[in-house]
Amino acid sequence: MKTRTATEAPITDASRVAAGRGDGPAPRGPARIRRQLPTSPWLFAAPGLVIVAVFILYPFLSTLNNAFTDKRTLMPGEYVGLANFSELLHDDMFWIGLRNSTLYVLVVVPALVLLPLLLAMLVQKHIPGITFFRSAFYTPVVASIVVVGLIWVWMLDERGLVNAVLEAVGAGKVGFLSDQWLLLFSAMAVTVWKGLGYYMIIYLAALANVPRELHEAAAVDGAGAVRRFLTVTVPAVRSTMVLVGALSSVAAFKVFSEVYLMAGPTGGPAGEDTTLVMLVQRVGTGLTGRVGYASAISVVVFVVTVTLMLLVLRADRKEDA
Amino acid sequence: MSTTEKIPATAAGRGARPAPKPRRRRITDENGRRMPVWEIVLRYGLLLAVLALMIGPFLWQLSTSLKGPHEDIFSSPPTFLPSDPTFHNYERVADTIPVWDYALNSLKVAAANVVTNCVGATLAGYALARLRYRGRKAATVVFVLAMLVPVEGIIIAQFTTMRELGLNNTLIGVLLPGCVSALNVLLMRNAFLNVPYEIEEAAFVDGANVWQRFLRISLPAVKGTLAVVAIFAFMGAWDDFLWPLIVLSDPERFTLTIGLNYLHGTFANDERLVAAGTVIAVLPLIVLFACLQRYFFRGVGEGAVKG
Repeated sequence: MKTRTATEAPITDASRVAAGRGDGPAPRGPARIRRQLPTSPWLFAAPGLVIVAVFILYPFLSTLNNAFTDKRTLMPGEYVGLANFSELLHDDMFWIGLRNSTLYVLVVVPALVLLPLLLAMLVQKHIPGITFFRSAFYTPVVASIVVVGLIWVWMLDERGLVNAVLEAVGAGKVGFLSDQWLLLFSAMAVTVWKGLGYYMIIYLAALANVPRELHEAAAVDGAGAVRRFLTVTVPAVRSTMVLVGALSSVAAFKVFSEVYLMAGPTGGPAGEDTTLVMLVQRVGTGLTGRVGYASAISVVVFVVTVTLMLLVLRADRKEDA
Repeated sequence: MSTTEKIPATAAGRGARPAPKPRRRRITDENGRRMPVWEIVLRYGLLLAVLALMIGPFLWQLSTSLKGPHEDIFSSPPTFLPSDPTFHNYERVADTIPVWDYALNSLKVAAANVVTNCVGATLAGYALARLRYRGRKAATVVFVLAMLVPVEGIIIAQFTTMRELGLNNTLIGVLLPGCVSALNVLLMRNAFLNVPYEIEEAAFVDGANVWQRFLRISLPAVKGTLAVVAIFAFMGAWDDFLWPLIVLSDPERFTLTIGLNYLHGTFANDERLVAAGTVIAVLPLIVLFACLQRYFFRGVGEGAVKG
């Protein structure tokens, strides 16, 4: 143990230096390293920087720019000011997309903050076979969203397994994939189903750090399981819940594949199940794709996702204060 | 960072439990206290119920894919075991769409994605963590910003860029936007920052140049994170749907996910075919996961903190 602490102290020291100002004089090693090979640092960083600049940052900036043009797939287009955005205000499809994506966040996020936590508590104890259960619960995370979507399309089919079971127990058939609202909620359920294992693993790591003494003390004081969950577990993993909330809300607002696969490319009956990203894909692609208008919708997606992030993080701060 | 450290901590805690009791004894919790029988029954009951919910749909898909053309797949109550299991549907799906070509396309993109991400992210991560030069901070900011851009919002512009480069409708075009992901660069940067600097200093004093220090000293120290990057790069490329859907238009160049979507759209009524197709798509990843679970779980902790 002694050797460990001996090396540990300087590590933080060195990494602080390394993380410090990029070009100021350094008191230790780094400066000497620079003298030796002046060009190689950029050689190291170049592949990553080029890819990220050309295929992420440039498209991001051109999306912001295109939002103010009437550019189409094969036409350069001209600046039209805020015309795309004022058109959005009168576009029923846009409002449908915004409604569905927002609903998605409102339903999926609470489920993905709470259910994986309960699941993590279920698989937390090291009872025999628990590794198998943990892995099995993670399997939907590994599967492609296309596979998951198609599996559930078949499960929820009018003649599929769920309806066969419902019929066998005497309940009638349910049109999971034909009703506008049932379709959307089925897609949400699939999103939750696929995400459970992922967030379970995140919570599992957080639960391992909850001091056991707290649970014991609460139990001695006569707190029941529910009370201990609310007064010990939840406060202890609160920062993880915020993280999960932030991650899942941004992902939920950008939902595409589940709804696309279950409701079809046109978004269910009369397009009523279209989400915003589906609308971007539909409007912006193809030979006559309205790149400018699709970019305006994308800008709305950016603004909402950033706002969601800030809201969640802010809620965290407030609770701290 | 804290979450990252917690996962190994769990594993360590498990290993370090005092004097592992011989098996077959009563089930105890981590304090060594005996768990009451009702709790054991309740826990396993719930575990089995969730297991049915999480694995059942996969097994149902497998079962459907193995049912022959004369077996009723719509029966109520449903029959879970195929009465006469057959691989006929797998042959038929290959006759309907070039499923093995699609699988090969997916494999090419996924393998290339592993190589480019491992090489690109390691080099850039090392440059951000260990080298000193003007503009390093700016380079770090570039990667952080890139990580925050919601990819779903820029696909149209990405497609336009790809067309300007003449790479739309090619597998290279599928690969390029994610071939060095900013998240992976930052993961590698953090991994390198956690390697004690003194070792590299010692190598420097001994006259090792930057490449020698990188390859012989730092790289072996971050193998674990590199494995996580590799696995998630493979899974990401193999499972990706939206981007290949937009960039590929020629059915001959489809990847497996796009091919499945096409199969579903065209032959939606033939559930056995679609089921066989999905089994082909999911099996390689389930095998990979079964072999390398540890890294999949680690990746969640590391990716979540940064993503």
